[in-house]
Amino acid sequence: MTQEPTAVTENQQTQAIVNDFCITFSTVNGSGSATANTTLLRALFKMGIPVTGKNIFPSNIQGLPTWFTLRISKQGYLARLEKDDIVVAMNPATFSKEQEYVVPGGVLLYPDDIKLAVTRTDIHVYPMPVKKLTKDAEVPPKLRDYIANMVYVGVLANLLGIDLEKIYQALDFHFKGKKSAIMSNYNVVVAAAEWAKANLEKKDNYRVEPMNATEGYIMADGNAAGALGSIYGGVQFVGWYPITPASSLAESFQEYLPMLRKDPVTGKDTCVVVQSEDELAAIGMAIGAGWAGLRSMTSTSGPGLSLMSEYMGLAYYTETPVVVWDVQRVGPSTGLPTRTAQGDLTQAAFISHGDANFIILIPGSVTECFEFGWRALDIAEHFQTPVIVMSDLDLGMNQWMCKKFEYPNEPMDRGKVLWEEDLQKMIERGNGQWGRYLDVDGDFIPYRTVAGNRHPRSAWFARGTGHDEFGRYTEEPDVWERMMNRLLAKFESSREHLPLPEVHTMPNAKIGIISMGSADAAVIEARDQMLAEDLPTDYLRVRAYPFSQQVKEFIRNHERTYVVELNRDGQLKQLLTLDNPELATHLIQVSHLDGLPLTARWIREQIMTQEAK
Amino acid sequence: MSEQIAEAGRGSVNAANLTRNDYKGAPSTLCQGCGHNSIASQIVAACYELDLVPEQVAKFSGIGCSSKSPTYFLGRSFGFNGLHGRMPSLALGAMFGDHRMKGIGVSGDGDTASIGMGQFKHLVRRNLPFVYIVENNGVYGLTKGQFSATAEKGLELKKQGHNPYTPVDICMEALVANATFVARSFAGDPKQVKELIKAAFSHRGIAVIDIISPCVTFHNHDESLHSYVYGKAHETPLHDITFVPAREEITIEDFEQGSVREVELFDGSRLVLKKLESDYDPSNRWRALAMMDEAEKNGILLTGLIYVNTEQPSMYDLYNLPDEALNRMSSDRLRPTRESIDALNASMF
Ligand SMILES: Cc1ncc(C[n+]2csc(CCOP(=O)(O)OP(=O)(O)O)c2C)c(N)n1
Ligand code: SF4
Ligand SMILES: [Mg+2]
Repeated sequence: MTQEPTAVTENQQTQAIVNDFCITFSTVNGSGSATANTTLLRALFKMGIPVTGKNIFPSNIQGLPTWFTLRISKQGYLARLEKDDIVVAMNPATFSKEQEYVVPGGVLLYPDDIKLAVTRTDIHVYPMPVKKLTKDAEVPPKLRDYIANMVYVGVLANLLGIDLEKIYQALDFHFKGKKSAIMSNYNVVVAAAEWAKANLEKKDNYRVEPMNATEGYIMADGNAAGALGSIYGGVQFVGWYPITPASSLAESFQEYLPMLRKDPVTGKDTCVVVQSEDELAAIGMAIGAGWAGLRSMTSTSGPGLSLMSEYMGLAYYTETPVVVWDVQRVGPSTGLPTRTAQGDLTQAAFISHGDANFIILIPGSVTECFEFGWRALDIAEHFQTPVIVMSDLDLGMNQWMCKKFEYPNEPMDRGKVLWEEDLQKMIERGNGQWGRYLDVDGDFIPYRTVAGNRHPRSAWFARGTGHDEFGRYTEEPDVWERMMNRLLAKFESSREHLPLPEVHTMPNAKIGIISMGSADAAVIEARDQMLAEDLPTDYLRVRAYPFSQQVKEFIRNHERTYVVELNRDGQLKQLLTLDNPELATHLIQVSHLDGLPLTARWIREQIMTQEAK
Repeated sequence: MSEQIAEAGRGSVNAANLTRNDYKGAPSTLCQGCGHNSIASQIVAACYELDLVPEQVAKFSGIGCSSKSPTYFLGRSFGFNGLHGRMPSLALGAMFGDHRMKGIGVSGDGDTASIGMGQFKHLVRRNLPFVYIVENNGVYGLTKGQFSATAEKGLELKKQGHNPYTPVDICMEALVANATFVARSFAGDPKQVKELIKAAFSHRGIAVIDIISPCVTFHNHDESLHSYVYGKAHETPLHDITFVPAREEITIEDFEQGSVREVELFDGSRLVLKKLESDYDPSNRWRALAMMDEAEKNGILLTGLIYVNTEQPSMYDLYNLPDEALNRMSSDRLRPTRESIDALNASMF
């Protein structure tokens, strides 16, 4: 696919590229480029153009190179692109390298004080007088570096046709209406735009035009969405320990709880957030709270999930509801903590020792992060078991255009909790008996009472040691077996009760694709590309584990199903194989791990190459 | 059996209209003579005498012989036997379910001072209102006789040989972590154990009681610090302790003038500390540390209320909680309004 570099021709100049390109900003970590980048993102979104922003950043606070890519896509594609149409190179350290990535006919913008050679002749080059324009801006010297980034906002606005009014709105939003901050930034944007108008001769083909394609959509990241979904799900206790890329999920509680979760009756807080001393404690607190009848959760990433494994087993065996968000990063060990992956799946499925199995939810979009936020709490309380929600850095920390958050369309499911009167009835119904682990309804889910119930017979003793239907200690072999088999039956019974897979078909499709989570965006785009090359595909996106029966049918119905995921070992394929040993030969592993979000090009190439064989 | 006969058969009742039996648990399965058993009995006695309602107490533990004991007291209370060394986090989360309840945790020296040191100290610094009892025998009982972190240097145990390391002092760790109630006692001194437990339940904050509780099976040599014989010979109480419930008047005349100190606790109850050899002031943390250090050097088992601070806000005070239990809140009070979602979406662009 790569084109030979050729000199920019007249022809290239005349073919306008409208609302379908990507801009990469190369800056130094900690230089305050985030405000400029999100301002552009928001302005474009406000113009009705589908847009997404991805950060590629190092595990460091200040000083190392960092990239932000902004994809503008009239078709609404949200996945990462491997090429750079426009590069804004603010970082001298990577300047020479950056040029190599620009497509022929592309654009390079850079501050004119970078005196390094521009080696490409087939791209359009626009040096910008960043120093001069920021000096003229009359801002305190310590703010100059931040303001400097507004220069490229202004220059791009002029070159691409971004509405200055929308940029103003974006700044107004960002600085929450604070006039002085808005104006000191906006003035630089305007000055830079005017400078560009007067001094730059536009030779490239890139342009934006207002559209009407963002109606009903919002811009958000998955971590904030997960926290908000949980807030709408009535979460009452959060224990957490900081870790990239999960921290902003828990921190979002701090931001949103005060406005969303004051008790309407007393005006008091209805959710307790505790930053714990480590993940062992975070999960311990959450499980304690879950046991005591609070909707509770914790959020972490791979290393923290590893620490939680012993407690997860205790929650499983004592049948304690708790929700654990795992915002995945690249492992094992510290790995690449600021890069994205889907490599914790098998760990989550089998976390903890002994025979234990765990319900997993896998949101594939930011909107779904919100939805699974409240659903996870319902499912955990319904089945009285831990629920792990698997997000990842790409979904959690990047800005995605996504459908508006929808108010939960189901009442809260608090599960089988008995308060005083319920318990009294239960005892009467049971001829004077009630047992914490008795399967009264034949659905493998027992009833529970929680601490604070004042009925003199409400109390029971939760223990990780062998127990019978009444919670009494026992080492009886047949009781152990019976209890463990009920737990398995309960787990199995959840299959069709969890978010069902999402299936998309195409006429005449012979092959299938199964994928999950944030890989969705790249798969959607890849399918369109393959269709354009006469390879229609059916697609199933797994949204929960244990898998629904639909997954088996999908695999059975396709001779070849490609399992697309972001890890080395094909972990989703492993779980699918375990569940469908008789269909294992239908499954083909398409897994990739380089720390970057998947691209449509890569998926298409993998599948088309295989299909050509 | 009519109700009346049942009533009559119950024996004497406390102000909560409950008998001593109502506070008991299942029969102990620990070794005969284990210090942990005597502590369990004192927990029963203290709760009975405090008129606590068992349903309004939650009990917790980690893993160990000591951590088994919550089944041997308060059979009508909710309990959670957690993981080795991780009881503090479990209890902390659970207590927020209904913050009007009382909480008690039982741990061992291994559970607290080895695997659980981190959680212990963090629970302490958060000042959760909670009675934290360490049944300290200087050994791992349940895993059959290995050295624990509180075993003295040079201690000889059958399978282990000599202990090469210096010990951890749980009270000192608690003090350094800013505990607001620190006491040490001895399972062979049941009256003091009971009075301290009553005081601990009345304290609004973390109350750590490190109780020397001999393991008769693996660690009861007369010359070792955690044995009955050594404890009996070397226990030096800082004061004679009497717990006075809030509703009872005490007249200072009951005691010799100038010979007592009083500590008023959160619920209006009081601890009367009767001076023994010297006058000890339990409100001076620095002094407490120095004294503990001195006693350790001299092989003295100092017991009593080592430190108390009733001024520190408790963990609950740091949250703007409703008066009622969080776990009784109805769904409509937990889910934001339908209208709020539009404003939320509008703020997401
Ligand atoms: C994670 C973990 N590691 C090790 C053990 C084994 N174990 C059980 S009890 C115990 C020591 C208990 O000692 P202590 O807390 O002093 O209690 P005691 O039995 O002396 O009362 C150990 C190491 C365990 N249960 N869990
Ligand atoms: S082994 Fe020791 S600590 Fe355990 S029950 Fe027996 S005497 Fe008590
Ligand atoms: Mg011990």
